Amino acid sequence: MSTRLERLSDTLRNVLGARIDKLVVDRGEVSIEVAAVNVIETARLLRDNDELHFEQLMDTCGVDYRDYGDGIWRGPRFAAVSQLLSVSKNWRVRLRVFAPDDGFPVVPTLTQIWPSANWFEREAFDLFGIMFSGHPDLRRILTDYGFVGHPFRKDFPISGYVEMRYDPDQGRVIYQPVTIEPRENTPRIIREENFGNVGNG
Amino acid sequence: MAEIRNYTLNFGPQHPAAHGVLRLVLELDGEVVVRADPHVGLLHRATEKLAETRTWVQSVPYMDRLDYMSMMCNEHAYCMAIERLLDLEVPLRAQYIRVMFDEITRILNHLLNIGTHGLDIGAMTMVLYTFREREDLMDVYEAVSGTRMHAAYYRPGGVYRDLPDFMPKYTENKFKNAAAVKKLNESREGSLLDFIEDFTNRFPRYVDEYETLLTDNRIWKQRTVGIGVVTPERALALGFTGPMLRGSGIEWDLRKKQPYEVYDRIEFDVPVGVEGDCYDRYLCRIEELRQSNRIVKQCIEWLRKNPGPVITDNHKVAPPSREEMKANMEELIHHFKLFTEGFHVPPGEVYAAVEHPKGEFGVYAISDGANKPYRVKLRTAGYAHLSALDEMGKGHMIADIVALIGTMDIVFGEVDR
Repeated sequence: MSTRLERLSDTLRNVLGARIDKLVVDRGEVSIEVAAVNVIETARLLRDNDELHFEQLMDTCGVDYRDYGDGIWRGPRFAAVSQLLSVSKNWRVRLRVFAPDDGFPVVPTLTQIWPSANWFEREAFDLFGIMFSGHPDLRRILTDYGFVGHPFRKDFPISGYVEMRYDPDQGRVIYQPVTIEPRENTPRIIREENFGNVGNG
Repeated sequence: MAEIRNYTLNFGPQHPAAHGVLRLVLELDGEVVVRADPHVGLLHRATEKLAETRTWVQSVPYMDRLDYMSMMCNEHAYCMAIERLLDLEVPLRAQYIRVMFDEITRILNHLLNIGTHGLDIGAMTMVLYTFREREDLMDVYEAVSGTRMHAAYYRPGGVYRDLPDFMPKYTENKFKNAAAVKKLNESREGSLLDFIEDFTNRFPRYVDEYETLLTDNRIWKQRTVGIGVVTPERALALGFTGPMLRGSGIEWDLRKKQPYEVYDRIEFDVPVGVEGDCYDRYLCRIEELRQSNRIVKQCIEWLRKNPGPVITDNHKVAPPSREEMKANMEELIHHFKLFTEGFHVPPGEVYAAVEHPKGEFGVYAISDGANKPYRVKLRTAGYAHLSALDEMGKGHMIADIVALIGTMDIVFGEVDR
């Protein structure tokens, strides 16, 4: 582990203390996990603390862990993952927040800390159905007007449920159930550990 | 006196200045914008979800179709994410080729931006000049990858093939006689590197031509100076990156600050604006054109002297050569496994970011050990920039919205993904 990463993880531990549930350093990147109740406080420290100074929120995205490792996942299903960047300190950290309830996932919004979270959170709401409590304008953003469901969830089929076409009899555009068959050319496989490991040559 | 009420105006989705399919709901007080609500997603193709159903390498061509004005930079971030997950070394020559094509892509992108931005706000001729140079660079793309736009040239572990030794030439036809064709082919007699070098020698003069058209142009200045001013603090808070952030005076360039590939061995400067308005961002882009040209030159020099492999020889990731595959049992197995099942990526997650012409393009990839990604999230610069349109446009005239869309360098392939 390089000294910079050590310094960053030490600083994170010192400043945030018990608010961090888990700190992982992997492949040159630091990720921290924070419980939903502590997020706002943590985020404010991450931004305002003189030793951390994460001025920029680069990205927030939803993740659905339902099928992770083909069923080995034990834990909450939905997470909101943010990538933070400090321009003055030149380092990055990943902030993961799990939504405690799988049926109705809610995490606090980060918009009042980093305004750029606005659209990223709208996107995560649209695609995963993760609610961001306190968000000023939580509307759908990428899907069609009147879309039903959250398409990036793992239980949503890749071809969707409905398709749209022009109906000449009714003289308007109608929705109907999809008529194409789902097709998978290359199946998804998880092999035993170290299968095809690059290091094994 | 009659009561004056705000009214709402639909801008797009079929508006030529909307740079694609942007539906903008503008609330206007007379001609002054009170609120701008961009409705995006009309080009949403769920690239991230599609990537979950394809093997890792099959998604490389999807990346071209994100920001279809800077194709290879998108591929670069995606390949870099896979390489970091695999902990894979890329041959030095491939790194130089990547840097060279990243900069060619940056020139392509900025030329389009400056040309269409000019077109949007009244400088008709700009687009004719910039597309003249884009044509040459498109030919470079074609010579190296076979396609003019959607190259699919980068691969995890390197690039698809080495630079070709020849350039395709024009042939005589009923519109062009032998003399005209000979003149057109003058720069195409040698290898691809000769052609690019010839271009880099011509290019600074072209940039001077653009500057005579725009930089001191009174109308251009009236339309851009003082329009869409963003303070450095707001630029950071709104998640700006690339020329949008540098235009506001913050010196931040991933190529310098978090160098990837061989950017740390190459000399170049990072232009920074002062005022944070559309004009400063334009000046930044013009200077970036010159700097990219400088980087391309350095890469050509290195590439001429140092032949070598362009893709990793680890056949768990990159396919063996055709001859080896025909003659060798083990190579045949590798080839078969790679093209039927693809390679497996050890579990983990990375966020790989590159300095894309528009800003920071990041790929957040999660792998659970399968031959397909578990989740890929593409962080595109245009998305963050467009989300700030409301704040930037407030209080400006409706015509300035067009200037703002132009300066943000919006491409809907990457905003909607």
